[in-house]
Amino acid sequence: MKAVCWHGANDVRVDNVPDPTILNPRDAILKVTATTICGSDLHIYDGYIPSMQPGDIIGHEFMGEIVETGREVRKLKKGDRVVVSSIIGCGQCHYCAHQQWSLCDNSNPGGALQEPIFGYSTGGIFGYSHLFGGYAGAQAEYVRIPFADHGCVKIPDGMTDEQALPISDAFPTGYMGADMCDIKPGDVVAVWGCGPVGLFAIRSAYLLGAEKVIGIDRFPERLAMAKVQCGAEVINYEEIDAGEALKEMTGGRGPDACIDAVGLEAHGTGLMGLYDEVKQSVRLETDRPHILRQMIVACRKGGVISVMGVYSGFIDKLPMGAAFNKGLTFKMGQMHGQRYMPKLIDHVLKGDIDPAFAFSHHMPLTEAKQAYEMFKHKTDKCIKVLLRP
Amino acid sequence: METESDKTINSSEQPPVTDTEKWASIVGGSAMVLFGLQKRSLRGILTAIAGGGLAYHGATADKSITDKVSDAVGLNKALKVEKTVTINRPVEELYNYWHDFENLPTFMKHVKSVTVSEGGKRSHWVANAPLGQEVEWDAEVIKDEPNRLIAWASLEGADVDNSGFVRFTPAPGDRGTEVKVVMEYEIAGGRLTAALAKLFGEEPEQQVGDELRRFKQLMEAGEIATTEGQPRCHG
Repeated sequence: MKAVCWHGANDVRVDNVPDPTILNPRDAILKVTATTICGSDLHIYDGYIPSMQPGDIIGHEFMGEIVETGREVRKLKKGDRVVVSSIIGCGQCHYCAHQQWSLCDNSNPGGALQEPIFGYSTGGIFGYSHLFGGYAGAQAEYVRIPFADHGCVKIPDGMTDEQALPISDAFPTGYMGADMCDIKPGDVVAVWGCGPVGLFAIRSAYLLGAEKVIGIDRFPERLAMAKVQCGAEVINYEEIDAGEALKEMTGGRGPDACIDAVGLEAHGTGLMGLYDEVKQSVRLETDRPHILRQMIVACRKGGVISVMGVYSGFIDKLPMGAAFNKGLTFKMGQMHGQRYMPKLIDHVLKGDIDPAFAFSHHMPLTEAKQAYEMFKHKTDKCIKVLLRP
Repeated sequence: METESDKTINSSEQPPVTDTEKWASIVGGSAMVLFGLQKRSLRGILTAIAGGGLAYHGATADKSITDKVSDAVGLNKALKVEKTVTINRPVEELYNYWHDFENLPTFMKHVKSVTVSEGGKRSHWVANAPLGQEVEWDAEVIKDEPNRLIAWASLEGADVDNSGFVRFTPAPGDRGTEVKVVMEYEIAGGRLTAALAKLFGEEPEQQVGDELRRFKQLMEAGEIATTEGQPRCHG
């Protein structure tokens, strides 16, 4: 089959690889009908996620049709059309039982690699490095789904691929970002980053009852989507100081909650921005925490910092004094897909949201390299690309 | 390794009650067991707990001059490992699975087979060693407390002289069972040192940790997570 393989930083190729097979009793094999590039795939593309190996198949946001099931698969059968959570959960451990699926104890065969850095191992993720299990990814014609009964959610009739595909990763990530904000009536939520996850976080914050959502980005087309499609007020941080603007837009209080939908490759400005660029380039820090610093200072006293952008290692100069003295609450983590996906499908069926709005481009899987370049550099007003195998 | 508890067992008298109680409380308690075992042999302690009635190689035999020299210069080291994992299953289920030693190769990767005889008290172990070789040993259950503890030791003539115990304790807050494994291997040098290095890796803690992780996966999820055999590009 054809699959997108990572060969090094800024080097992905569509290679011919063997088809996947059932390896464990609870596996299923999926024929991928649509897949996409997630913003966090760009961290892999750019070479910031450790433990990638040349030849690894990447991609974790996908949907398709079940073509084969292992003998212990109970809820799925050949021919089922499903969307699949990017995070793999066994469904039986303490964490899965408590709906914290990305913290699964049992789905990461490379868990021992994480322990020296994280203390304990987290769940596996499709196509997301050997730290997260080394599972073959889904930017491919076929993919093996471990613990398929839990990861696959059947797509109701009438829902299109474009509507269903974001429910694999971007939509639940944005939704969880808003869910963690503990939104109460009258709350104002600020979202850093108006890429697909940020846009879904804005929509989700409104679904969960936010009074006002403010989107922060620097690309005009993304800000336009945040405003027109998602109803946010927007800040272009290259034009005005985001911190001051947020204060003015919130009656001097500051946002009640701040969502990071950017992560470790944040673009900083000024001295601190330069500081992070330099330290990261010589590997003195792994991640650029510019957004985190800004959120901590901008957030209202007693507010919530909700982090959905990916961080992988160590960061410098986090204003802990501000966070402590302002009594902030930090919530973060890889998304718990299995917990949110059925709820999100209901929202789509009820017409509360049409996730298809996120896709600006459709391309064949064979053009994955061009798609990565376009998405990375935001050329042709690219927001999100749907890839057809 | 000559220790106080070895001496105690060497004598024909019963070990002093206070000593036995002390070690029993350590094995049974939640303290770091190996911390308390720094200078003592696990085998000796387990034997002492069992009442000192069984004669084991190393615990009874007089040491040769070579052994004493090795001890003195630190060549003859015992390798001790302690690891704990919490498994979201009831104590009985985990104890029963482990107690059938023939199940153990499903999650102990280097163990090829375990054959049980004498009603489960004795077992014969075959493990893979480097260059297609195998190492074998016979082991005996020293202590068996249903749903609580299984302790074992290899018998005289073992390729890999080992002893240890696995303890099952209900975890707080409906979290299942805490499973603690404490093991000790004697490294004699020569051929077996190489075999042991291969068997237990550079870091035996990691090896035992991996085995417990696989045991947990098997007991909770019903299968051991793997990526072996999945597609990738080799070009």
